[in-house]
Amino acid sequence: MSCPSLLLFAALSLAAADPVDDVSGEVNVYSSRHYDTDRELYRAFEEETGIAVRLVEASGDALLARIRSEGANSPCDLYVTVDAGRLHAAEAAGLFEPLRSERLEGRVPEHLRHSQGHWFALTKRARCIFYARSAVRPEELSTYEALADPKWKGRVLIRSSSNVYNQSLVGSLLARVGEEATEEWARGLVANLARKPQGGDTDQIRAVAAGEGDLAVANSYYYAKLMKSDDPADREVVEKVGIFFPNQGGRGTHVNVSGAGIVKTAKNEENARRLLEFLLSDASQRMLARGNNEFPVVPGVEPDDVVKPWLEFEFDTETPVEELGRRNKQAILLMDRVGWR
Amino acid sequence: MSGRTTDRARGAGAVANPSPWSVAALLIAASVALPVALVVAHVGADSEGIWPHLVDTVLAEYVVNSALLLVGVGVGTAAVGVTTAWLVTMCSFPGRRVWTWALLLPLAMPTYLMAYTYTDLLQFSGAVQSALRDGFGWGRGDYWFPEIRSVGGAIVTFSLVLYPYVYLLARAAFLEQSLCVLEVGRTLGRGPWRSFLSIALPLARPAVAAGVALAMMETLGDYGAVDHFAVNTFTTGIYRSWTALASPEAAAKLAGLMVLLVGAILAFERVARGRARYHHTTGRRRPLRPIPLRGVRGVAATIACAVPVLLGFAVPTGVLLHLAIDRGGAARGGELARLAGNSFFIAAAASVVIVGIGVLVGYGRRIDRGWPLRICARLVSLGYAVPGSVIAVGVLFTLGAFDRTFGTFVGGTMVALLFAYAVRFSSLSLQTVDAGLARIHPSLDAAARTLGRGPGRVMFEVHAPLLRGSVLTAALLVFVDVVKELPATMIVRPFDLETLAVSVHRYASDERLAQSALPALLIVAVGIGPVVLLSRAIDRSRIEDAT
Repeated sequence: MSCPSLLLFAALSLAAADPVDDVSGEVNVYSSRHYDTDRELYRAFEEETGIAVRLVEASGDALLARIRSEGANSPCDLYVTVDAGRLHAAEAAGLFEPLRSERLEGRVPEHLRHSQGHWFALTKRARCIFYARSAVRPEELSTYEALADPKWKGRVLIRSSSNVYNQSLVGSLLARVGEEATEEWARGLVANLARKPQGGDTDQIRAVAAGEGDLAVANSYYYAKLMKSDDPADREVVEKVGIFFPNQGGRGTHVNVSGAGIVKTAKNEENARRLLEFLLSDASQRMLARGNNEFPVVPGVEPDDVVKPWLEFEFDTETPVEELGRRNKQAILLMDRVGWR
Repeated sequence: MSGRTTDRARGAGAVANPSPWSVAALLIAASVALPVALVVAHVGADSEGIWPHLVDTVLAEYVVNSALLLVGVGVGTAAVGVTTAWLVTMCSFPGRRVWTWALLLPLAMPTYLMAYTYTDLLQFSGAVQSALRDGFGWGRGDYWFPEIRSVGGAIVTFSLVLYPYVYLLARAAFLEQSLCVLEVGRTLGRGPWRSFLSIALPLARPAVAAGVALAMMETLGDYGAVDHFAVNTFTTGIYRSWTALASPEAAAKLAGLMVLLVGAILAFERVARGRARYHHTTGRRRPLRPIPLRGVRGVAATIACAVPVLLGFAVPTGVLLHLAIDRGGAARGGELARLAGNSFFIAAAASVVIVGIGVLVGYGRRIDRGWPLRICARLVSLGYAVPGSVIAVGVLFTLGAFDRTFGTFVGGTMVALLFAYAVRFSSLSLQTVDAGLARIHPSLDAAARTLGRGPGRVMFEVHAPLLRGSVLTAALLVFVDVVKELPATMIVRPFDLETLAVSVHRYASDERLAQSALPALLIVAVGIGPVVLLSRAIDRSRIEDAT
């Protein structure tokens, strides 16, 4: 760093010296879960414990970069993010303080938490196939692998390879069927696309309803949100589009998570642990899952009524979420190679 | 020729014996340039195989798309901006006064809102195509419709909201042109249109070039809109390499290439301009007498002005209004007011700081032509073309190192956020101030200095009154841009600070576009005030000239 700029910053920081106060009554959260229910839960935590929750929301990648740049000075105590890929990136960067908590280990199933306690999942979501009821019979559907079948040429909708949900889906295939088969599959899938990958998950489902393609890949909760919407246009989409849980009878439907871990440099480590435990309590789990129509990670906690019937399907519990994270980079490079935008 | 020699002589002198002003300018410029320089500094580092992978797979697409987008937006903004500026300044036709300020309205519309609204309207499942299919009984593949999520879609929508940069600067330049010059042209037998092409347009060239450069740099730095349009460019590539592939080295190589592209564009303009200079040699001015346009010509002029305003402002605002009323859900007035207040005060603070930097550095460059300041000023200009997310990372890195060294806590404060804005937007104020300074003939400086005034007093007594318009323009442009800014705000902001743009993104990224409509409309509303002020300020400058 050049000398002049140091002087400038010295001047600036004297003017703005705002040291982080050491009051024990707070916990600082960086989160990429931007749902209203999360904020309600933080408020409930404040009321229950008297510990103030301070929040910055941004994308998981950006927050990770911020914690790394702040280094030992980082005010962040708890890092909350969506997707295994991001949790893994944070762990690989040595960001998390491993937490050994018999209580939490008893509540969160093994495949939904880091083996050394670096992070714990908060909610899980399934990546499903959606089909146009007018053009596809559900019996024609079976597995993710079958989406590469040439019979679907020009009929499949999926979003970009920059999307972490797709990266983790490809990661799960890498873990289960190997690199060669996954690459061949991805090539076949790209050849079947109805349009250049674009938009979000809801956009894929809407495009099926509008007739732009016959199959789409999207997360379960986006469909649940349309089911609960009071907009007639949304309900029309649900009437035209069906949800299918692939790979039943095999390894089960691919699931991903949102999760959180305590940051190594946390100044309020104890408060962060309490918040994490609070988020994994039955009441919070119910709220977290219902707010966004996801599945709770704590067994026995009931999700929203709309989602409840889906619990009877088989989910992939054999592939640890940790493994998806480790495969993330490999998945991205593979998708680049096959021209998945 | 003699001008060049003096420049060099003065430059050498400045390095050997710098004035306090040029030292301050150098310090500020170096600090603002630092985060971008740090990002680019990774350029030579080993990327562990990521860079060759990018070259093999996606790089060609990044280069082609970015280049197409730049050329398209450059041509589009120049065409719309110059035509409309000429019409409302030099001609008279029905509604001219209204169009004069209405043409600035698209400035308040962020590119990402253009992307959200036009996609919502024009994509396959959008209102327009659905109505066509229902109306004609068509299905998929039965008809052709332009794909909004494409390079073409991006060029058109970007041009529609970025042309005001050209319009603004071209109009100011046309207003400043003495009618005497144009009348000389007319007495030499040129018609009104030919004197436009052969006299007014060439004279306005630095202004038009500066406007186009701003539009192009904003295009290059955009992330949200191109991402929504599913167009892979340098910015999406940089972001993806940095974050998903965890390779700052590959990201820096991409950023380096992008910087080369910007450099090439700026150099092209410089070479094309050659040694021409654009100072006015006389302060004598006569008010312009507008050319009346009647009948068909008047209608054509009205249409030429109405189309950009309709498409760049009225249509997206209409879509947002419709979304807000139709499915926006209950409005939380208190929270919206708080968000709008935050956006307003942050933008106001940022424009004061950034205009200060622009004046300091711009004027510093006028009195000190040494190479250190010249290079720093170039680097400052690059900030505008670097995506906000990359700037944010550079700023976090810089401040992190600073805090660790000095045990301070600047990171995560408002100072950090203002610093990020300064890195991103100083170019805007620097270019505007520079354009203003370029029109003041150096002989004025020389005269004042001969009369014993130091550089500071020349600045305050001679330049300040002449620069007032440029400074105000810079302040308002920065204000509007900060209100619209998203990625750097998201990443660098202090705890619990939320702005309108952040709130829009929160909903839109969760695919709740309807709920983002109200804060989105407020972004536009907060931006309109300064836009109208801007227009008035320019008009006033003209009236003062006339009296």
